[in-house]
Amino acid sequence: MSTREYMLGNVAIARGIVEGGGQVISGYPGTPSSEIIGELAGMKERDFYVEWSVNEKVALEVAAGAAMTGVRSVVTMKHVGLNVAADPLLTLAYTGVEGSMVIIVADDPSCHSSQNEQDTRRYSQFSLIPCLDPCTPQEAKDMMPYAFELSNKLQMPVIFRSTTRISHGKSDIKLGSVEKTRPAADFRKDLERWVMVPKHARVQHGHLLELQKNILEELENSPWNELELNNDPKTGVIASGIASVYAKEALIREGVNASFLKIGTFPVPENKIRILLENSERIIIFEEMEPVVEEQVRIIAQEMGSGVEIIGKRDGPVPREFELNTDVCRDVLAEVLGLERPVVPDEVTEDFDYNACRLELPMRPPVMCPGCSHRASFHVMKKVYGKDAIFPSDIGCYTLGIQSGTVDTTLCMGGSITVASGMYQAGEKKPICCSIGDSTFFHTGMNGLLNAIYNKADITVTIVDNRTTAMTGHQPNPGMGKLATGEDTVEVSLEELCRGMGAEFVETVDPYDLEKTEEVFKRAKDYKGTSVVITKQLCVIDAKRSGIRRDPFTIDAEKCTGCKICVNLGCPAIEFNTEIKKASINMMCTGCGVCALLCKFDAISEVKK
Amino acid sequence: MSAEGISEFDLVIAGVGGQGTILASDIIGKAAVKENISIRAAETHGMAQRGGSVVNHIRIGCELGSMIPRKGADVLLALEPSEALRYMEYLSEDGVIIVNTAPILPVTVTSGLCSYPDVDEIISIMKGNREVKAFNASELAKKAGHPQSMNVVMVGALSNYLPISAENLLECVRELVPPKTIDINVKAFEVGRDAIEQ
Repeated sequence: MSTREYMLGNVAIARGIVEGGGQVISGYPGTPSSEIIGELAGMKERDFYVEWSVNEKVALEVAAGAAMTGVRSVVTMKHVGLNVAADPLLTLAYTGVEGSMVIIVADDPSCHSSQNEQDTRRYSQFSLIPCLDPCTPQEAKDMMPYAFELSNKLQMPVIFRSTTRISHGKSDIKLGSVEKTRPAADFRKDLERWVMVPKHARVQHGHLLELQKNILEELENSPWNELELNNDPKTGVIASGIASVYAKEALIREGVNASFLKIGTFPVPENKIRILLENSERIIIFEEMEPVVEEQVRIIAQEMGSGVEIIGKRDGPVPREFELNTDVCRDVLAEVLGLERPVVPDEVTEDFDYNACRLELPMRPPVMCPGCSHRASFHVMKKVYGKDAIFPSDIGCYTLGIQSGTVDTTLCMGGSITVASGMYQAGEKKPICCSIGDSTFFHTGMNGLLNAIYNKADITVTIVDNRTTAMTGHQPNPGMGKLATGEDTVEVSLEELCRGMGAEFVETVDPYDLEKTEEVFKRAKDYKGTSVVITKQLCVIDAKRSGIRRDPFTIDAEKCTGCKICVNLGCPAIEFNTEIKKASINMMCTGCGVCALLCKFDAISEVKK
Repeated sequence: MSAEGISEFDLVIAGVGGQGTILASDIIGKAAVKENISIRAAETHGMAQRGGSVVNHIRIGCELGSMIPRKGADVLLALEPSEALRYMEYLSEDGVIIVNTAPILPVTVTSGLCSYPDVDEIISIMKGNREVKAFNASELAKKAGHPQSMNVVMVGALSNYLPISAENLLECVRELVPPKTIDINVKAFEVGRDAIEQ
């Protein structure tokens, strides 16, 4: 193996787990964290255990249990996943771990693929668990073995916070050596440590607070915090994690000489901050999202009685939302230091002013794939329940159904059935039909269904079962009979699971069969109580990968009347020529045949090869 | 422009989810590593891949962050004409645009909601005072043996501008494409390289 390789950030993090000697790795998929476990599970030779768990709380507890026995464990998730896992997290801070445990959480500033922009560093403050914040994919890899060591030394878990640009950045990565030792699992009973009854918890809370001083000392001198003092004491810049590379580039481009403190740990290195405060007249703080570093700097400055001007997000120009980048940092420097900057448009992507280039560009939103069965499920759902019905939905590819009018709410993973129940219990008289994917149902949807059935919510729950966790990259789930590693396992039946929770109306249907699907939805709508409809059809991407080839369809222009009923499906394979007022089918057709069933003029037929 | 002490060559690749922008940037990234040049790249994953607009940033000879500032790219490689225009703001004042002239209609256009601008007009707007290399890479890919090899045709065209040898790029094409398609992709690279060679 060559010592330098071109790698995705998440692959580099997976490599860091291997180099650090990780033994038990669990997680739940979520952009931008998913490829870490994907990479580990796909390795041909493995001397660690790796699993996709059913949700983040479960995953964190699996990793915690492993670390209680003395081994090295890792759990991975996206930022919002940590909310699901927050319950064990905050008490795990009290118990600590015996071996070592790293909690990898990938934040998504700018919401590239997320429902919010929360900052995991706040969980570090909240739980009193230390947090590492890498600035490049290389540093992310290098931090992993350190994270294991730190966790073992402190006997407590360590949070490792990545962001989209670390996890989905690519870089040449210098590989390190692989830790060969493998501590054996050997759980030692210790009731005062592992059983958090109130008496023990009170003691452990005190221990956790005492430990903070050790944490601070360890991190202060770690290689992840670097202070460069400049001879000219006017300006000091503090930048945390990935913001440090943006700030560096901005300083070079603006030709500004400043003292520079790069921060890679939480709690922050207080001594280094003190030194910088003593040596600067003003300090500019760059960090993505929350002013976590800034608040600490202000506290330290106040303790010192320092009059240094502190510029960040509080009243200042550094934004508290969206990703930072070199341009934002340059704009801030220019504003604070009075430098000249050419006026440029704010945003390049969605809000870019196309008129400025005198040409209107068509929007290109992400859409469900040609032939995606969710499109068929949504079409029938809308037809049966009507436009006035309420369609709470969930998180997955089907959220893209927002364009077909069948996604009225999206709150969080599993938040479809529960929101639907609440609306019903509030006295809402309109019909309510929610949708949730198979993986999301196993994640936290099933608790909501149990609750709906138990409390007699008169709603329809549609499980759009495409037999995979599609949006995050086709990870297996308990309904598929496959483990993360591809090994066979029990295939959990959604139908039996729903019946086991007390559902009496449970029907499975192929959504490509529009007639049958309509009949099932009609009965589900008439049913008094919680009805469950499972629309089951393999994800078209998986279908293609597994060798399923369907003949494409074509439209007979002679027969086409331009009624647009097929066009309104919103399938990327169906085009409409506004000049001749005819629809046609392009190369992207995957042969689901749904449009042919809809056509009232028999104009759409299969192309027999 | 890429700047001294920051980056040697900054490239933006724009396209549509499914066109193979990631493979295109991987070929360049891997080839840079072969030549011992540091490299940083940023990619669009997740939600945006479902037929949406995608953009990759690639910085050759860079040790800092992967995101190219506005007006910072030396070359904009666009696998689709409207996507070239969408990401024009990243291109430096004297940068080069290499653009595939074959459009992919977004669903907003196929469903009659929006209209797609005239490709010639897109190109004439981009020309301004910039160098624009426009050609139908999708057609060349078909001639090379498969329409899917269009991304490699574009990398071939780009190879005329990169600070990386064509030999190393071609070797990475061989390493990264499915084994059965090596011959087609090597051909695709060569026709792309010839398409705009000065």
